[in-house]
Amino acid sequence: MHRVDIFPTHEYQGLKLRQGRPYPFGATVIGNMVNFSVYSRYATDCTLVLFHNREEKPFVEIPFFKEFRMGNVFSMIIFDLDYENIEYGFRMDGPFQPEEGHRFDKSKILLDPYAKLIVGRDVWGQQPNWDSLYQYRARVVFDDFDWEDDLPLETPVNDLIVYEMHVRNFTCGAASGVKHRGTFAGIIEKIPYLKELGVNCVELMPIHEFDEFENNRISPIDGHQLYNLWGYSNVGFFAPKAAYASSGRFAMQVDELKNLVKRLHANGIEVILDVVFNHTAEGNEQGPYISYRGIDNKTYYMLTPDGHYFNFSGCGNTLNCNNPNVRDMIVESLRYWVTNYHIDGFRFDLAAILGRDQNGNPMSNPPLLESLAHDPILGKTKLIAEAWDAGGLYQVGSFPSWGRWAEWNGKFRDSIRRFLKSDEQVLADVKERIIGSPDLYASQKRGIKASVNFVTAHDGFTLMDLVSYNSKHNEANGEDNRDGDNNNNSWNCGCEGESDDPDINRLRHQQVKNAITLLMVSQGIPMVLSGDEMGNSQKGNNNAYCQDNEIAWLDWNNLEKNADIFRYFKQIIKFRRQHKVLRYEDHLRHCDYRDLGYPDFSWHGVKAWQPESGHNNLTAAFMLNGQYATTDGTPDNFIYVAMNMHWEMHGFEPPQLPQGMAWHIFANTGMAAPEDIFTPGEEPAIENQHGILVGPRSIIILVGREKS
Amino acid sequence: MNIESYQLSERLDSFNYQKVQDGILAILDKGCSAVLDMTACKYISSTGLRVLLYSKQMAGSKGLKFYLVGMNEVVQDIMDVTGFNTFFDSFSTMEECLQEVQKEG
Repeated sequence: MHRVDIFPTHEYQGLKLRQGRPYPFGATVIGNMVNFSVYSRYATDCTLVLFHNREEKPFVEIPFFKEFRMGNVFSMIIFDLDYENIEYGFRMDGPFQPEEGHRFDKSKILLDPYAKLIVGRDVWGQQPNWDSLYQYRARVVFDDFDWEDDLPLETPVNDLIVYEMHVRNFTCGAASGVKHRGTFAGIIEKIPYLKELGVNCVELMPIHEFDEFENNRISPIDGHQLYNLWGYSNVGFFAPKAAYASSGRFAMQVDELKNLVKRLHANGIEVILDVVFNHTAEGNEQGPYISYRGIDNKTYYMLTPDGHYFNFSGCGNTLNCNNPNVRDMIVESLRYWVTNYHIDGFRFDLAAILGRDQNGNPMSNPPLLESLAHDPILGKTKLIAEAWDAGGLYQVGSFPSWGRWAEWNGKFRDSIRRFLKSDEQVLADVKERIIGSPDLYASQKRGIKASVNFVTAHDGFTLMDLVSYNSKHNEANGEDNRDGDNNNNSWNCGCEGESDDPDINRLRHQQVKNAITLLMVSQGIPMVLSGDEMGNSQKGNNNAYCQDNEIAWLDWNNLEKNADIFRYFKQIIKFRRQHKVLRYEDHLRHCDYRDLGYPDFSWHGVKAWQPESGHNNLTAAFMLNGQYATTDGTPDNFIYVAMNMHWEMHGFEPPQLPQGMAWHIFANTGMAAPEDIFTPGEEPAIENQHGILVGPRSIIILVGREKS
Repeated sequence: MNIESYQLSERLDSFNYQKVQDGILAILDKGCSAVLDMTACKYISSTGLRVLLYSKQMAGSKGLKFYLVGMNEVVQDIMDVTGFNTFFDSFSTMEECLQEVQKEG
């Protein structure tokens, strides 16, 4: 049986047309037809503009006839279009009344908000034609891909070890040794490295299409060209960044990114995308027309009563996330990335904005967040909020979650950093962080899995810089060092910046190991900043958003230079993955509720069972009872962690183990490599089972298991 | 095994894909396995990649083989980074390909 609606009804300049299907929005291939559909509540007219690839002038502009409009949607089918060789945009007619929120301008050619493939910035840093009327150009995507048996991995949240990385920074450095530097393909070449490190999830900083030339300029300090390197400024919510694909010059970024996801999955590594739904690249009133501003300004943006842009993002505008139509676009975007790219999860940049109403006020039950929490397609997708925004809304611990949302735990970062630098006022808070922040997440029964723990992230110092600088050094950004966070809780170990002093460098390595140890033995989802495992430095720049050069690129020579750090990271990550007792999903009870002889978790001081026995609030210890964490009926080991952030050595007394068991030493950050850490499962027993010496600013991890 | 080759021109994209696809299917329809000689091909588009994979799938559905021969570096790169390389047996030269075919019997 043949369909009866597959014949053209109209003709325009030789092209055969038919009334389109209003849904789905965007350009959709149906057999020999392409359906174009665009929504605008306030537009009075719309024209489809078609170009041959890369040509400046369109070859045809087709008005949407009256009968091609249904409700507020313009849709049209074109037959027999060679869609690999066309680019398309829209002209929208309507009122230009900024005070009413309308900014229609039919002289502009506008990008489809649902564009799945965007060209125009195809090779990183290649100057575009600035005179072009249409800069970011939509193409029709090939959405077929042979995934074979691949699907999102659905790794249990509490088993994740997240590696936050930037596509370009990861392999752009000359020493990366990859063929396709700074691209999705470059990451594929480094999969063996990621496996060796032991992470099982990469969180990619924004990979939606953006313009690296946005706000580009020359650094007044070092003469470098400054780009929008990080990409927290969306041009399109459905299209991957072309210049992140080595095949971007052939517009094959879609296939290249899908291949990356497929290959990571085949190696047991999940992919989380950092998504930026809080604002767009169109900026404020002075910004360019790219898409939304000209398609339907009043729908897409949060506006003040007199039509100006609210700026809760700090980037000039705020996406109107809780407008029902924008909400639908966000949900569809996320569904698209899961269904078409098999993405495992999302980290939402400045997610507090997603909970503001159309006037900017925080809502108690934001419909967008609720929709995402209950969405059927996103049902197993990780949802992680950066639970604050630039408008002062801070929701760590109170982000509306419906049991589905996790949060970047900024309090973990702050407390652990202060503890590392021997702040005597923070121990009580550190204890909460180590046990999965029950003060933040227990009351809502969100569990430990709500807490994404981190010490460093792209915002702020790298881990090596955290222990090498007291203050930020962002002069090269060209903003007089005003940008970036001033509240770093960092300590330079005695000298600002690089040092030849072996004692200082030894202490810095020790502090790096202390930090990763605290992260990996804490309950919650640990997130490691890419490069920290090799002691990457940004020369004190804590906001390298524009430094597309050696400042932000990973220096792979550090792998050899800081071999002890890399080895330590590998072992401590392996340790965490081997010990279920470190990866609880729900909060600990601190009692022996199964009558096993020891509580599931217990705090200690320098003396066993006496948590108050410490020095200057800088010493503490804890023990995890592996009998409460079994795998196929086999209990895990006991784990004892003694933390001494005091500047003097202290003796600690580990608790007595059950008969037949003995303490074995896994890690001692105070020792030089290779005595600093052992291979998990091969730890040597300690001589004195009743007392250990923990050096200044050191952490010791013991494993309690059967005597060998 | 009966085998025939099909020679690509300089490009494989939406302008010529139909002709190429028809040519390969004609070989398969005769019950022959096919070798696509890509020696002259300097560019392959997204459409072209799909012609290759569809041909391979069609060959497989008929119990036949579909080989690639003579990819230059640019084309090989495209195949590699998009992952399409994983679906094919490819050889540098026709001789290598035929030797392999003989081995497989």
